[in-house]
Amino acid sequence: MKSSDGLPKQIEDILITHRRGFLKSAGLLAVSIGVFGTAALDETAAQTGPPGPYRDPDFHEIDSWIVIHEDNTATFYVGTTDPGQGTGTCFRQLMSDELDIAFDKTTCIMGSTDITVDQVGSGGSYALERHSWPMRRVAAEARRVLLEMGSKHLGAAVDQLAVSDALITVRTDASKRVTYGELIAGKKFNVALTGNNIDRISGQAKTKSNPELKYAGKSTQRDDIPPKVDGSLKWAVDVKLPGMVHARNVKPPFACAKLTSIDESPVKNLPGFIKVVSKGNYVAVVCEREEQAIRAAQRLKTSWQKPATAPFPASEDLFTYMRSATPVSDHTPGGAGESEPSPGSRHAVEADAGLRNKAARPATAGESGLHVPPSRPPAVGNPPMRAPVSGPVVVGNPDAAFSAAAKIIEAEYEIPFQGHTAFAGAHALADPSNGQMTVYTNDMKSYSMRRGIAQFLGMPHDSVRVVWMMGPQGFGRSAAEDAAFEAAWIAREIGRPVRMQWMRDEETAWDTKGPAFLVKMRGALDSAGNLVAYDFHARSCDHNHVGYNEPDSVLIAQLMGIRRAKPAAGSAAMPSDMYAIPNRRMVGEVVGLPTLWETPLRTGNLRDPNGPQPTFAAESFIDEAAATAKIDPLQFRLKMLKSGTHDDSGFRRARSIAVLEAAAKAYGWELRPSPKPPSKENILTGRGIAYTFRGETVVAQIAEVEVNRQTGHVWAKRLVCAHDCGFVVNPASLRHTIECCTLHGLSRALCEEVQFDTEKVTSRDWFSYQTLRHEDVPERIDIVLVNGDPNPNRPDLPPYGAGEASLKPMLAAIGNAIYDATGIRIRRVPFRKDRVLAALT
Amino acid sequence: MSRIELKVNGRSHTLGVEPDTPLLYVLRNDLDLRGPRFGCGLGQCGACKVIINGAAVFSCITPVGSVKGEITTLEGLSQNGRLHPVQQAWIEEQAPQCGFCQNGQIITAKVLLDKNPHPTDAQIREAMNGTLCRCMSYFRVQSAIKRAMKAMAGGATASTKEVVA
Repeated sequence: MKSSDGLPKQIEDILITHRRGFLKSAGLLAVSIGVFGTAALDETAAQTGPPGPYRDPDFHEIDSWIVIHEDNTATFYVGTTDPGQGTGTCFRQLMSDELDIAFDKTTCIMGSTDITVDQVGSGGSYALERHSWPMRRVAAEARRVLLEMGSKHLGAAVDQLAVSDALITVRTDASKRVTYGELIAGKKFNVALTGNNIDRISGQAKTKSNPELKYAGKSTQRDDIPPKVDGSLKWAVDVKLPGMVHARNVKPPFACAKLTSIDESPVKNLPGFIKVVSKGNYVAVVCEREEQAIRAAQRLKTSWQKPATAPFPASEDLFTYMRSATPVSDHTPGGAGESEPSPGSRHAVEADAGLRNKAARPATAGESGLHVPPSRPPAVGNPPMRAPVSGPVVVGNPDAAFSAAAKIIEAEYEIPFQGHTAFAGAHALADPSNGQMTVYTNDMKSYSMRRGIAQFLGMPHDSVRVVWMMGPQGFGRSAAEDAAFEAAWIAREIGRPVRMQWMRDEETAWDTKGPAFLVKMRGALDSAGNLVAYDFHARSCDHNHVGYNEPDSVLIAQLMGIRRAKPAAGSAAMPSDMYAIPNRRMVGEVVGLPTLWETPLRTGNLRDPNGPQPTFAAESFIDEAAATAKIDPLQFRLKMLKSGTHDDSGFRRARSIAVLEAAAKAYGWELRPSPKPPSKENILTGRGIAYTFRGETVVAQIAEVEVNRQTGHVWAKRLVCAHDCGFVVNPASLRHTIECCTLHGLSRALCEEVQFDTEKVTSRDWFSYQTLRHEDVPERIDIVLVNGDPNPNRPDLPPYGAGEASLKPMLAAIGNAIYDATGIRIRRVPFRKDRVLAALT
Repeated sequence: MSRIELKVNGRSHTLGVEPDTPLLYVLRNDLDLRGPRFGCGLGQCGACKVIINGAAVFSCITPVGSVKGEITTLEGLSQNGRLHPVQQAWIEEQAPQCGFCQNGQIITAKVLLDKNPHPTDAQIREAMNGTLCRCMSYFRVQSAIKRAMKAMAGGATASTKEVVA
């Protein structure tokens, strides 16, 4: 529906031709360009038939990003999507500021592949840190061009002009005025920025400094909330097309099952039955109505053959298995899922190659040595925080330090697979009309989905488009991608629009999961209680780690017998801290389950990929060292931070100290060693602290828990999160995002684990896969936004990513709080009550 | 195929649907409503909730033929273009993250406050415990319920564009 002032508010207002016609007539629909400016590497060879209509908008052209309407309003078209955290509103705030137009005279369209530029979609916590910059530079350039036009129109030099709210006036004579709409409406800018990739585009105009921003920095209400509350929003699940039918999968009953027969007799006479489609081990049923498809999928008779050997150990035997498994070889190419793909890149293997070429450099004392130096601009393709799979990172001389140690402590930590388990099952609608393919999805990566589906179906790239709409929040590589490929394939098979919906058991059992980790740690303390040596050895069960929208790794491809040449190896990441521990050795290895294909135990990026797992181990271990030294855990950490001397040009050390002190102050942290003196009470209380950084964002979490000695139940009564993500574009929506991300971490600390027997995942619904509920929520949450930059008022303070960081220390914060309350150190998450009770008795 | 009579958000409909069809799919696919939606199909998450005879009902496990009484969906909460105080509180509190579960949260909260205008924190948690959220917006939802409670008790809350952080 349109708003009363004619602004297209929702994607369907402009779906059909208006926008594309505009771009086409300006000659702005470029052939898709690879990240290095050359022709696309994997343009499908199957360029049969006439070229399709869905070209890629040229990101150099202002007209691909901004349209000024006759009524002096503007629509922004951007290639980053808002998964539900309010970043869409932030894009509007920033672009309105740079363009000098009133915020409420703008709308923003995101993520549809034929009418927006490719900024990858969402993920990586890159929306504001990285993707907002091209948006701002384009808007700034548009403002410059409009001022030039205004100058000619008004007969005054540009430096004689003032502009505000899309109105240009002559400073000395305000009666001389012209609006943006009067200058340009209905016409194109026809101005191009320069730059060989979308992250680097720039024009002549500079972006504004922070003090000049009017909307950014304010807690503007999110524009997507009212239609979500009043029921008027059209979600991806709400799209209906003429002739649309419904499909449901018949998933294999166990991993590596081989389909031996299908018996259609129970379904073929059911009302509304259309067809059973199958290829290899992939089976789906198609019916006219939704409930008919559900019933038919339940009743279809299929026979399957079990694999000769068990596809995996049962979940209770997982860590035993991981201990003795052989690590994936160093020479296996790294995980496509290891990092977020950069805009315009075909897939993230390019990014991984860039990282892998950097041999693990010996780090200097005072830092973990594994972060990208912040003084380097975020280069295309460089992921923020991933360590090489191969090789140890060594600081100082750990062996010597361990030999001389006054006291040695050892611990082993276990983190299970945890799932996406999206609130609603994966879904998509695919429309094969006119020999093209249009996919309606809420997936986070619309552009790679478009490329992947084109390749999978052997269709010309420009015959396929993806329309991005809203849905349940995705946390990375979600099953939304699998559902989209399935919908598209079935739609092509039967020639009608197909809505695919995964049922609850499919989503819970077959989603992509964050990998299980086993981490061994050793530490050496000197006689003064300083941690002088630290050995971190992580093993992740992350082979094969699926990437985004890959036509050779999506589930339907696997079930049809398609195999990548080499399965992606995944990664075992390192802790991220600024502690000055003079001797360190850190090693990460990846192992795989016996079966890598056609298995529900498949890994892929899940919110803060491979972050909370190593951090659980590392920040629990720091606490164990502090307790052994009988030093307060906050004090123990601050000492290791303050004694660091290595150059800290990214100010991470200063900001780490700032968040820890801010969290402690907000909580009212009184210094004393952990644990509390033993108590005979039934409810034991305690507090725990944990800290880490993620890219440039630094975060400290304090948890106060109550542990019920009789039941083992743990309640996080209070949480304090101190969070430094640089310049804050929208404080209110940031606080809410941090709050929700913190609680996601609490859910993974207390509730979540994938359960399986030797042939199938057994956690299949909300009872068998536990998630945080209303009753688990703290009674108090303090979010402290910290600006710990040594020059906090600097006008160029940039925003850093914030969608994931606050989750990262949560598992450790809760574990440390349980230790403080009970004196019992639990090294296995989640802290389910049966596990806690067993540890207490 | 039966002819089923339904009254939804104040309007009457006669539909040719099988009586064992879950109400959810009739509301969404035959009446084009968007409020109730599919989350689990098992009555575990609340995404599908609607109000029938003053109770919050899981439409995903309710056969359409069994419905007696008028149905109110999320769309039907507002009257004459004015949002229900619960909806208004949700906006003022900026409660949703992605928003997909909020149909269940809002419907359940509305029914709670209709039955118990002054619930304690414990009563709020207990009443809401069957509505799930994977974004973990729970804390903000509970704040919004308390805000709505105050508004419905008397004294509307002012709505402003800017929320003080």
